[in-house]
Amino acid sequence: MSAKKAPAKAGARPKRKPALRLSVVKAARPSAAAAVHTMNELMAYAYALELEASERYAEFAEAMAAHNNREVAELFRKLARIEHRHAEQILEDMGWTEPPAPPSTGYRWEGPEGPETADTAALHYLMQPYHALEIALHNERRAHRFFNGLAKSATTDKIRRAALGMAAEEAEHVRLIEDWMKRTPPPEPHWDYDPDPPRYVD
Amino acid sequence: MTTATAESAATLAPQAYKSDYKPIWCPGCGDYSVLSAFTKAFATLGLRPEELVVVSGIGCSSRIPAYLTSYGFHGVHGRALAAATGLKLARPDLTVVVAGGDGDGYSIGGNHFLHACRRNVDMTYVVMDNHVYGMTKGQPSPTTEPDWVSKLSPAGTGVRVFHPLVIALAAGANFIARAFSGDPNGLAAILAEAIRAPGFSFVEVLSPCVTYRPEQRGWKQEVRPAPVGPTDDPARAARRILTDDGFNLGVLYRGNRKPYQPPVGKGTAGVADLEKGFEL
Repeated sequence: MSAKKAPAKAGARPKRKPALRLSVVKAARPSAAAAVHTMNELMAYAYALELEASERYAEFAEAMAAHNNREVAELFRKLARIEHRHAEQILEDMGWTEPPAPPSTGYRWEGPEGPETADTAALHYLMQPYHALEIALHNERRAHRFFNGLAKSATTDKIRRAALGMAAEEAEHVRLIEDWMKRTPPPEPHWDYDPDPPRYVD
Repeated sequence: MTTATAESAATLAPQAYKSDYKPIWCPGCGDYSVLSAFTKAFATLGLRPEELVVVSGIGCSSRIPAYLTSYGFHGVHGRALAAATGLKLARPDLTVVVAGGDGDGYSIGGNHFLHACRRNVDMTYVVMDNHVYGMTKGQPSPTTEPDWVSKLSPAGTGVRVFHPLVIALAAGANFIARAFSGDPNGLAAILAEAIRAPGFSFVEVLSPCVTYRPEQRGWKQEVRPAPVGPTDDPARAARRILTDDGFNLGVLYRGNRKPYQPPVGKGTAGVADLEKGFEL
C-alpha cells in the first residue's frame, strides 16, 4: 500500500527547493593546447573558434524558442550574430573567400571543443537572461586565456603579437559582457520553480 | 557503408542534413549534440541524404530522423533494428543508421539487439544512453543504477545494470565504441568510423538527460579517452569493457567478421514467385 500524502492546507505556499545552480562544468582532463606556427594557422584557429561558438549559440536559441523562453532565445540569437560577425571579420581581414581548411590533425583545443563554445548541458528551460550572460562570460574568459596561451607558445614575434591582439579583443568582450550583466537583473531566487514540473523525481 | 560518389563528397555541409523541423528536446539535452554529430559525420563521409536512411524506435532520441534530411523511419518501440535489418537486406546500396535510447534498445528491443549483433548486417546502431526513460517521465531503464531513487522507484530498482557493450561483443557486433554527447566533434569522428566499418557497428553515446537525471551534467568531468586503442581480440576487449567504469571513450573493439550477406542463387524466390504463393 502506498503512503497517502496529507492534503495541503488551503492557501499554503508550496515548499520550494533551492534553485538549481547553472554552473558551467569544466572538462576533467583538458588535452594539450595548440601551438601554432604561421599567421594563417593562428587565424584559422580564431575563425573556427568564433564559428563554433556562433553555431552553438544558434542551437541554444532554437532550443529556448521551442520552450517558449523568448527572452533568452533572443539573447542567444544576439550572441550567435555577434560571434558570426567576428568569424566573418576574420575572413575579411585575411582576404579569405572561403573558410580555412582545418589543420591535418584537426584543431587542438584545451577541452573537447573550442574555448568560446558553450557547454551543451548548460541550459535550463526556465533560465533567465542573466544565466545566458554568465555562460557567455565564462566562454569569453576562456577564449582570453586560450589566446594568451597561444601567445606564450608562439614560435615567432609576429604570431605572439597577433595572439596577444586576439587575447586583448577577448578581454574587451569580457568587459562588454560584464557591463551587460550590470544592466541585467540577476535571476530571481526561485527562478527554476515550475508549478507543473515535468519531473516526478526528487 | 555505401561508397560515396566523388561528386557528393565535394558538396554538402553538415547543415544540409538538418531538416526544417526544430528539435523539441529539453534545453541542455545531450541529444542536440548527437544530432549535430550525425550531420558532421554524414558530411565527413560525403553521403548524400538520398543515400542514407536513419531508422528509429520510440523515445526522445528516436525523434532524430525527423530532424534530418535523409530518408527516415520512425518505427515501433524497440523494433528499429528489425526494420533496419530488412531495409538493409532489401536495399544494400543504402547506408543504414539506427538511432534510439537505452529503454528502446535494451529493454523493449533487447532481443532484437542481441540478434542484430549476431547477424552482423552492415549497419550502425547508435544508442543515446541516459539511464532513464525520459519521454515517459523518468522511469528506471535497463542501464539505471540499482540505487537510483526517485518517486517512481522509491527504494531504487535493486537490479544490476545491463552492460550493453560487453553484451554486444559477446553477441557478435563487429565494431564497438563509446562516445559522449558533450564532445560533439569526437562523437562525429567515432560515428564516421562506425559507419565506415563493415558489419554491425554499435556506438553507445552517453547523452545526459538534464530533466530527470540532472546529476548527469557532471558526466563531463567523468569521461576520458580510453587509455588504449581498439583491439580485434574479443577476450581482451571484454576484459577492458568489463573493468572500466563506463566513462572510457573511443573505439573499444574492431573485429574482422564478414558482414552478413543474404544467400543469392538457386532457391531464392523472386517477387512474382512469392506472390504466387499468396494467390487464393
